[in-house]
Formats: sequence, structure tokens, C-alpha cells
Amino acid sequence: MTASEQSLVLFGGVLAVLVVASIVGFALARWCASSAPNLTIENLNSRIKAWWLMVIIIGLAFVFGKAGIIILFTLASLAALREFITLTPTRRGDHAALAVGFFVVLPLQYYLIWVEWYGFYSIFIPVYVFLLLPIIVTVRGDTRDFMGRVAEIQWGLMICVFCLSYVPALITLEIPGFQGHGLLLIAFLILVVQSSDVLQYVWGKLLGRHQIAPQLSPSKTVEGTVGGIACATLLGAALWWITPFAAWQAGLIALTINLMGFCGGLVMSAIKRDRGVKDWGWTIEGHGGVLDRLDSVIFAAPIFFHITRFWWTP
Amino acid sequence: MIAGLCAAVITALARLVTGVRGEWRGCEPAPRPRIYFANHNSHLDFVLIWSVLPRLLRQGTRPVAGADYWLKGQARRLIIERVFNAVLIDRTAASQKHNPVTRMIAALDAGASLILFPEGTRNLTEARLLPFKSGLYHLAKARPDVELVPVWIENLNRVMPKGEIVPIPLLCTVTFGAAMQPAAGEDKAGFLDRACAALLALAPERRDRS
Repeated sequence: MTASEQSLVLFGGVLAVLVVASIVGFALARWCASSAPNLTIENLNSRIKAWWLMVIIIGLAFVFGKAGIIILFTLASLAALREFITLTPTRRGDHAALAVGFFVVLPLQYYLIWVEWYGFYSIFIPVYVFLLLPIIVTVRGDTRDFMGRVAEIQWGLMICVFCLSYVPALITLEIPGFQGHGLLLIAFLILVVQSSDVLQYVWGKLLGRHQIAPQLSPSKTVEGTVGGIACATLLGAALWWITPFAAWQAGLIALTINLMGFCGGLVMSAIKRDRGVKDWGWTIEGHGGVLDRLDSVIFAAPIFFHITRFWWTP
Repeated sequence: MIAGLCAAVITALARLVTGVRGEWRGCEPAPRPRIYFANHNSHLDFVLIWSVLPRLLRQGTRPVAGADYWLKGQARRLIIERVFNAVLIDRTAASQKHNPVTRMIAALDAGASLILFPEGTRNLTEARLLPFKSGLYHLAKARPDVELVPVWIENLNRVMPKGEIVPIPLLCTVTFGAAMQPAAGEDKAGFLDRACAALLALAPERRDRS
């Protein structure tokens, strides 16, 4: 199969799952219509509806190839960063640094990925922006909680721009015998990590009894986490045919990125708890903000990229 | 026609930059005369309130704006008069040929709702609210059947603080509280305190950097 045939099969599979999910959601809603309104089912259905939209948007981006994916993730970074900074207590003296972050750092990072300049995009934010940002903040002369402010803006850029940009960066990997299949690596990462989120949610709702991290995320359970990660790992192994990996390797990598994704969810929950909010935003109905949906991908993408780069590129 | 188009473009821009969301916490949007009173950080505060109002209510909702700022320059004047149909009041002259309250009452009597910033001027301090001017009280007394709805605008001051040129596209929220009216026998200071507290109650808890 060619890469585009494989993409078609994948999207066909995802759409089939969505059709089944929509039918189940519809049936559940009908079944419960007689009793009191059930918030869980209502939320489930708005989540499924949002998934349709997200799958269609990602599908369109795939049709446009590299440009489509880079534009999509530039916009996703923009949405994520605005959610992050909205909940970060910045001061007036941070304005210039924020403007540079939004309008220089973010587009430049994705431009560097467009031109496939690995040596620069992999250190641009961790090194150059890391040094530049505090310099820009000093210009305004506001020293109150200086360290905290600079650190939080830097952290926001690392999470929302740097780490997230590793998803489109996967196209730039030159794997022998896998040329022109870069988009499928992205499909693998997104499918495995997002299905892990969905399956953790489903297992948790069906069997969840014991909270796994009550102080961070009261809705996450041991049963949901184990069941979800196990199933998504099997899915990853079953998807070996779209990757340069053998089945056991695909499974092991899937396990790694699922664990990273899970931990990413916990880290981002800790921040939300501290800020006193339940969701990062309100962009995606049923899910909350863009960051709520992408937290797991953000933590998984750089690790997935470097595993693949380290062992599969010359 | 052109004014309507301008309004659509301005509100669409405001929505795009601020991702603004209206939250009707204490009341529902209703086509009845109301005074929406809000915190004031930016010249564009009323645009945000306007953009989260249902389209049908927008036409009949007029911002109260300072003539000294908005009548400077042809473009500003056109926007505020034609597009937003503002009630312009004279804030500078102490003697005031036109009593601002009289003008606002006239607008209410003509069936309009008002967007009012009882702080009287943009709040550029660290305090969450400046002391309210008395106009709100006089309006409420003169037209007791008009509902006073507190409206908290969150984050617009961070999008574009005074003196900055580049807006940061942070997410803004406009929260509508429960309608209130002066209680029987309530004096001016008591009412204004209560209105101020009702508005502050809508503000999200702020984690200050201190």
C-alpha cells in the first residue's frame, strides 16, 4: 500500500469508530430520555460531536500534506498559548515579552520546522528564547516576582509551542525505506495517544472505582488508567504496518507515549487545580479548551520524535 | 447599511482577538430596557459587551461614552455615533450644559438599553474598581422599572494595557449578574456600595503577583 492508501484506510477506520460511537451515544440518550437528564451522557454526546469536527479538521490538514499539518499546529499552538497565558497572572511589564512570544517565537518555531532546520528548531526555545525572554522583561524595569513571571512564560512557550511543534516535526525525519510516509508517523502518534485518552475515559466510566490521583484529577481512576493504556498500547502494536517499527516495537513505543500522555494530563491538571479552574478554555464543546485535549499529545510528541530519530534515522 | 457592516466587522474582530464568551450567570438576555453597568479598563469595553449580546438586543443597546474622547477625530466620531449609536456625555465641563443623566434618561425613555461605566473613567490603577459616580443611582431613582445588570469584563485590560500597541490575544469573559434595583429607603452611598459589591462578586478570584 502507498502512504496515501494507508492514510485512507486509517481515516476509514476512525470514521467507522465514530459512526459506532455516535449510534451508541444516540441510543444511550434515547434510553435515558425518560428519566432525569443525565449529564454524563450529554457530555459524552458533545464529546463525540467534537471528535467528528476534530477528525474532519485533521483529515483536511492531511489532504494538504506538510503545509496543512504545519498550519494546523501553528493555530493549535496559538490557541493553547492563549489559554495558558490567560490563566497565568502576568503583569503589565510582561507585555513586550508576551507579544514577542505570540508573534515572533511561535511563528518562527513553525517556520524552522517548515524549512526542516533540526539544528535550530530543537534548541530555539530552550536556549535562545530562554535567554532572550528575561532580557526583554528587564527592559520594562518591573522586578516584582521577576523569576516567577519569566519562568511561567518560558514554561508556557515550552509546552504550548516547543513540545507541540514536535508533532509536525515528525515529517522532517528521514527514515530509510520510509520516505514520504512522514504523515503516517503523525497519524500513529495522534491515534495512539488520543485513543488512550478516550479509552481511559470509557474504562473509567464503566469500571472506575479507585481514584489514582485524587488530589490532581478526581476523575482519573486506576481501572480507567490501566484499561485505557493497555488497550491503546495494543492498538499501537496493531498499527505497526503504518510505521517503520516491528509490531513489538510499535507496542513498546505506544506504551511509552501513553504513559507520557497520562503523566502530561496529570501535570496539566495540577496547574488547573492551582489556578482554580476545571478546564483551560471553552473552545471545544464537551472537552473544554484546546489544551485540555492536547495535554497528552504535548507530553508524548517530543519523546516519540526522539525515540524514532535516535533508533530509526541514520 | 454601512454602519451595520462596520459593526459586524468590529464585533467579529473583537471576538477573534479576545475569543470573548458571554456568561449569563444572574439573568437571561431579554428585550427590555436595562442598564448594563460594567468595570471600565479600555475604550473598547463596550464593544465586548456588545458582541456577546444577542444580535436582536444589540441594536437597542447604546453605550454611554465620553464625548471628550470620542469626538476627537473624524473616524472616532463616525464609529461612535453611526455604528454604535452611543449616548455621548460631556465629562469635562463641571457646569455641564447638558446634564448627562438627563440625556441617559431620554435614551431609556425612547426604549433603549444602556451600557454604562459607573467608574466614570478607565481604571488604570491596581485596584479592581474605582469608586462609582452617582449617575447610576440617579438613573435608578428616576426610572425604577429599569433593570440594573452588573457586567464584569475580565482580561481586556491585559489584552491591551494602556500605552501598548500590540494586543495579546488572551481570552476574555463577560459575566452578567443578577438584575438589581434600589431598595426602599436606601440612600445613595448605600446603593452605590451594593452595586459595586454586586459587580465585584462577578470577578473571578485573582491570584495577584505580590
